Amino acid sequence: MLGLDDPLVLTAYLGIIALAILSILYGLLRRNAARDEVSDEDRQWALDEKKVDDEF
Amino acid sequence: MPDHASVGWIDIVVILAYLSVTAYLGWLGYRGTRSAADFLVGGRSAHPVIMAVSYGATFISTAAIVGFGGVAGLFGMSLLWLTFLNIGVGILISFIVLGEPTRRLGHHLGAHTFPELLGQRYQSRAIQIFAGVLIFLFMPLYAAAVMTGGSVFAATQFGIDFEVALLIFALITAAYVIPGGIKAVMYTDTFQGFVMVLAMIFLLVFTYSSLGGVTEAHQYLDGMEDMVPAPLAKIGHQGWTEMPVFGWGAPTYDLWWIVITAIILGVGIGVLAQPQLAVRFMTVRSRRELDRAVPIGAVFIMLMTGTPFLVGSLSNAWFAQHGPILNGKVVQELDAEKNQALVELMQKTDSGAWTAIISPKTQAPATAALIVSERQKAEDTNGNSFELVGGRSSVVTYVKGDADKIIPTFISTALPHWFGAIFFLALLAAAMSTMSSQFHTIGTAAGRDLYERIGTKGQQREPSLLVMRLAIVVGLLIAVTISYSIRQEYIVARFTAIFFGLCAAAFLPAYIGGLFSRRVTKAGALASMTVGLVVSLFWLLLVKAKEASAIGLVQLVTGGKTSILADSPNWPSVDPIVVALPAALLTLILVSAFTRPPAAEHLDRCFPEKR
Repeated sequence: MLGLDDPLVLTAYLGIIALAILSILYGLLRRNAARDEVSDEDRQWALDEKKVDDEF
Repeated sequence: MPDHASVGWIDIVVILAYLSVTAYLGWLGYRGTRSAADFLVGGRSAHPVIMAVSYGATFISTAAIVGFGGVAGLFGMSLLWLTFLNIGVGILISFIVLGEPTRRLGHHLGAHTFPELLGQRYQSRAIQIFAGVLIFLFMPLYAAAVMTGGSVFAATQFGIDFEVALLIFALITAAYVIPGGIKAVMYTDTFQGFVMVLAMIFLLVFTYSSLGGVTEAHQYLDGMEDMVPAPLAKIGHQGWTEMPVFGWGAPTYDLWWIVITAIILGVGIGVLAQPQLAVRFMTVRSRRELDRAVPIGAVFIMLMTGTPFLVGSLSNAWFAQHGPILNGKVVQELDAEKNQALVELMQKTDSGAWTAIISPKTQAPATAALIVSERQKAEDTNGNSFELVGGRSSVVTYVKGDADKIIPTFISTALPHWFGAIFFLALLAAAMSTMSSQFHTIGTAAGRDLYERIGTKGQQREPSLLVMRLAIVVGLLIAVTISYSIRQEYIVARFTAIFFGLCAAAFLPAYIGGLFSRRVTKAGALASMTVGLVVSLFWLLLVKAKEASAIGLVQLVTGGKTSILADSPNWPSVDPIVVALPAALLTLILVSAFTRPPAAEHLDRCFPEKR
């Protein structure tokens, strides 16, 4: 198949494509599944991070 | 080799156009929202494409494209398993399993660097300092890999010396990272990511179409199995479309252990404990953003690693069909039907007679497997008549076995010159986005994790920007020195694998234990990190033949051998990660089982959701 005789190399080749498809499906199915809230703690963390970065 | 290397006006136009767009995007970025933290501060969400491509651009560099692509040219398509792990582990497990817990823990504890995350989780200054020292000492090795990969490409593409290319590369890097450009400007990263994606798609399509199609290209490469250079065949290379011979206890299995443990496992698993990648999860707004980034991240990594690994392997077929003609005298017929023969390579002297080419490595006449396409009578320098054959060989012959030159040589020989300029810019983009995070990590390790934490009487000091900048300069100088002084077989991939393997052994058990277990203790984490590091260094210094013999200590200890296990086949090819990671994991479990668990109040602070 595909000119690749070694089953392990063929598995890797097709496995890469399969994983990419799986990732796309995961992203589509979970698109809005998880919560999307920014807490005060998250915002404070980002402010601290920004402060260090800006000084840098 | 024909001279393809030069800088034409088209190259200059392409480079200037690219730099203008990058500069414009950078300027736009600095005027407004520019980093992941800015998005978070503003309460907005970075587009998942931006988040994923920016993460991928940090992960992928010249090390993956030139270094590992070249290794694929040498060892073949078994490297595709690394792409499989890059997606499966580097994207799926990383984003889905580790991303959200890392983000939450970092925000609960107010940690901003990877060592700080570990230190705060285990309430241990020693752990933070330990991790900071490890990063500061070894990250330059990885930066050197990225720099060497870029410099080898520039040298090949533009026909300049490697040393000159390295100097230019170092100056560009210094200009980019020292004055403050080290902050990830996400729009610029994303634009560079898109350039990389387009370049890879073009490269893949060109390679397959120039070889007649996907199946035809693979079949042709499959038919070249008898042309594998003898030194590679001896250690188990069976052809570029096959896995190396698997087994234990004989030198013919060495390649399997090199490819699987050193090349694939080290980087494939080590990505989980990369400090500069782990901290990126903290800048993410929510789990939803991580979920949405998974598809783009996976496709990006598939293109950015899968393409060079395939093209690296297939470049052997391309050179066998289209490479420059080599001449010589048949030593042995390999496959008469396919016109494949082992040939003693020869060159024409000024007098018109033919003389053998002497290999600088062996000081004997150089030989190579050719697909013979022409035969004629000729005369050698002694006046003897012989049959001179002409033909083409695998890319390994053209680059004289130097894997790091395979991708640059293929691009500069096979593809249009304007594409070489674009590909160079894509590589430069890949290198800069990776190096900016590498040197940022070195800077914060020195300034935040070491200088601030090693205060008088254990008191925390104020952050020092001067220390951070100095650390970046020192790290840069170390990286350049390493790149300049060490040029060995597939060194770009090896440096990368060493750093990834070290991070996996030293950090991974403590990092994952810290994210998911309430029972892991400070003593367990510190012991695990120490065992992971010590076992890795012991293995690199005394057991793993390539690294140990280059460092030299093992020769002193054993009286000239390249490994203390030189008499036990395969052990000298096994990567440290195979021994060090299980040892570190076992240490974490055992020491944690016999030491006092962390205080309940601290665990409640780390995991308030599980209260």
